[in-house]
Amino acid sequence: MANSINVFVPRETSAVSLGANEIGDRILSLAVNNKTDITLIRNGSWGMCWLEPLIEVEVNGERIAYGPICIEDVADLFKADFLKGGDHKLKLGKVSDIPYLKNQDRWTFKRCGLIDPVSIHDYCSNGGFDGFTVATKMSTAKIIEEIKKSGLRGRGGAGFPTGIKWQTVANASGDQKYIACNADEGDSGTFSDRMLMEGDPFCLIEGMMIAGLAVGANRGYIYLRSEYPLTREIFSEALNSAKDAGWLGKNIQGTGFEFEIDLHIGAGSYVCGEETAMLESLEGKAGIIRYRPPLPAIEGLFGKPTVVNNVITLASVPDILIKGGDNYATFGIDRSRGTLAFQLAGNIKRGGLVEKAFGITLRELIEDFGGGTATGRDIRAVQIGGPLGAYFPENLLDTPLDYEAFAELEGIIGHGGVVVFDDSVDMAAQARFAMEFCAIESCGKCTPCRIGSVRGIEVIDRIVANKNRDENLKLLEELCDTMVDGSLCAMGGMTPFPVRSAIKHFPEDFIHPPGAKN
Amino acid sequence: MWNEVRGLRDDVDYGTPPSNGEPVTLTVDGVEVTVPEGSSVMLAATKADRAVPKLCATDMLEAFGSCRVCLVEIEGQRGYPASCTTLVAPGMIVRTQSDRLAKLRKGVMELYLSDFPESEIPDGWSEFHRTLEEIGINGHRYGNGRNHFDLPVDDSNPYFLFDPAKCIVCSRCVRACAEVQGTFALTIQGRAFESKVAASQDEPFMESECVSCGACVQACPSHALVEKSLFPGGYERAEPT
Repeated sequence: MANSINVFVPRETSAVSLGANEIGDRILSLAVNNKTDITLIRNGSWGMCWLEPLIEVEVNGERIAYGPICIEDVADLFKADFLKGGDHKLKLGKVSDIPYLKNQDRWTFKRCGLIDPVSIHDYCSNGGFDGFTVATKMSTAKIIEEIKKSGLRGRGGAGFPTGIKWQTVANASGDQKYIACNADEGDSGTFSDRMLMEGDPFCLIEGMMIAGLAVGANRGYIYLRSEYPLTREIFSEALNSAKDAGWLGKNIQGTGFEFEIDLHIGAGSYVCGEETAMLESLEGKAGIIRYRPPLPAIEGLFGKPTVVNNVITLASVPDILIKGGDNYATFGIDRSRGTLAFQLAGNIKRGGLVEKAFGITLRELIEDFGGGTATGRDIRAVQIGGPLGAYFPENLLDTPLDYEAFAELEGIIGHGGVVVFDDSVDMAAQARFAMEFCAIESCGKCTPCRIGSVRGIEVIDRIVANKNRDENLKLLEELCDTMVDGSLCAMGGMTPFPVRSAIKHFPEDFIHPPGAKN
Repeated sequence: MWNEVRGLRDDVDYGTPPSNGEPVTLTVDGVEVTVPEGSSVMLAATKADRAVPKLCATDMLEAFGSCRVCLVEIEGQRGYPASCTTLVAPGMIVRTQSDRLAKLRKGVMELYLSDFPESEIPDGWSEFHRTLEEIGINGHRYGNGRNHFDLPVDDSNPYFLFDPAKCIVCSRCVRACAEVQGTFALTIQGRAFESKVAASQDEPFMESECVSCGACVQACPSHALVEKSLFPGGYERAEPT
């Protein structure tokens, strides 16, 4: 419409939880009252959670941001003539000028916040489906070659070289192959999968299609955790848009390639983020671990060769096809190539999504981007990589974020979740929580995890209560050994990581627990 | 007859079902053994007279890999793979005994013992008890923690009963009902420590789809599922001494 002013209000879980829907409604109704013609566009989030709800107004072709907005601010914004970019105490200026965003390497998240996530037009006007188009003109070997050259490793947490996984599935014999996307994102403090699926869903769709081209799969499944209802809504709309515009289905855009995607919802189980439990759940069975070998790449979903990849892994693919694997590999260090979408959470001043090339240090992430703790107190511990990740003390914050550098310190990068704790944290309680989490989320199949986690809680309780403390510390260490070496999967196998790191770096909390009476 | 043809004995439980395939030769504890392709390391080890302790494996059922007792060391492979779910490969070098393995097996059995009625340990004669002896452990250091001792016995069926206190959740009964009998009456209900054997929709056995074939009773290694005829005066758990 002529002279209609574009106003962007994010439709994304964290923004909506902070009132973005009500703010959008209020803006619309006040605009109607003022007889001002506005077009409300529900974009994704830019990932600067501390500024949400962050709204933007398009003024002379530029987008001016205001945030964080609450419902009471809306009337004021109209008074300040925000629709013409008027000054207001919450005016932020251009989003792209904000250092938090400016200093990132947004490879995967380049369109998040920028576009209307379910608009095919927006997607295609911003490089969308270019990667797929390039891939349709390549041999399967060439596509896989680009992925190998990029050095892309699984972003779900295991860090397995994506090119090798695709090669294995491409080489496997089978009358049917599948692409299975793991969107279970159960790690504490993580939200990158969610933000990508809510902010740029077609990017994931395109990545899955390219994977299908590479390995010979014509069907994809996405396993989305049940705790993401808005993501389900938005992604379902995107799937329908893609189908209507002929980007999914038979003979896509006349290429002869066929691809369909099913969105499957989980049922509240962390362990279904483990690939074999996820496959069991996709098949309609209980989420129980399958032993490996055979690898899902050979015998996966319904027994067929299956690529199982995380959301961010797949969403990184389209640009690798457009810009080339060599380009992706110019980012990062050593064997950690490309970028990772780190998620800053916990006791942090400026929490949010920070996509950066590997090699940045934990300190730079937490202090330069994150601004330190939200409470202003000293940082005491940081858990990286989810609930199965080690806790690092302050003196390890200069470690560069790199898969192998972290492994050397008995830590993990995992899916990139960084949860910050200040000096009020009780690390014995955190160690207990690690066992408790395992005890709740265990699939129950193997003994070290099913029974070991329960005993772990009880033994830590005795240590903290000073009941035969030394013997129980020794027993805890042996239990950790049994779980690490005996468990069927990483649920039990890695629960000892945070426990051991707590004992190693914060032994005082076990001897003189902050809350204990002795 | 088929066992004879395959060079296997009828009176030995090889842990996993036999297979037909090209011969594969590997070494177990220095002993060379040849088995068909598709055999598990557990079967090969048993054939070589170097049997690995086990609980959830039995050769009338497909491998499951849940008890974590049968772990071995394989040269060139990281960690401690389960011998029941690992297939043989030509030239594989397997070790079934080591200090590390002994410690691991004791660690696993100790966890089982922490949720098994103590009074039932001394005079037991089930496969579970034999495995405890084989591994050399009969007690645990975990005190009185969470357990399943208060779950009621299901003696609805005239021929056998189910005592959940002695269940080690190895799923052999569930798998027997599915793979051997094909009735699929049993399942593991719940998750994590709450996992328990349930008949149909968690009903008494007699009211469920169970057809009293006894495959689960035959499969159970801990006498949680056991024939009533073994207890002429009625079933009672052993008194604590």
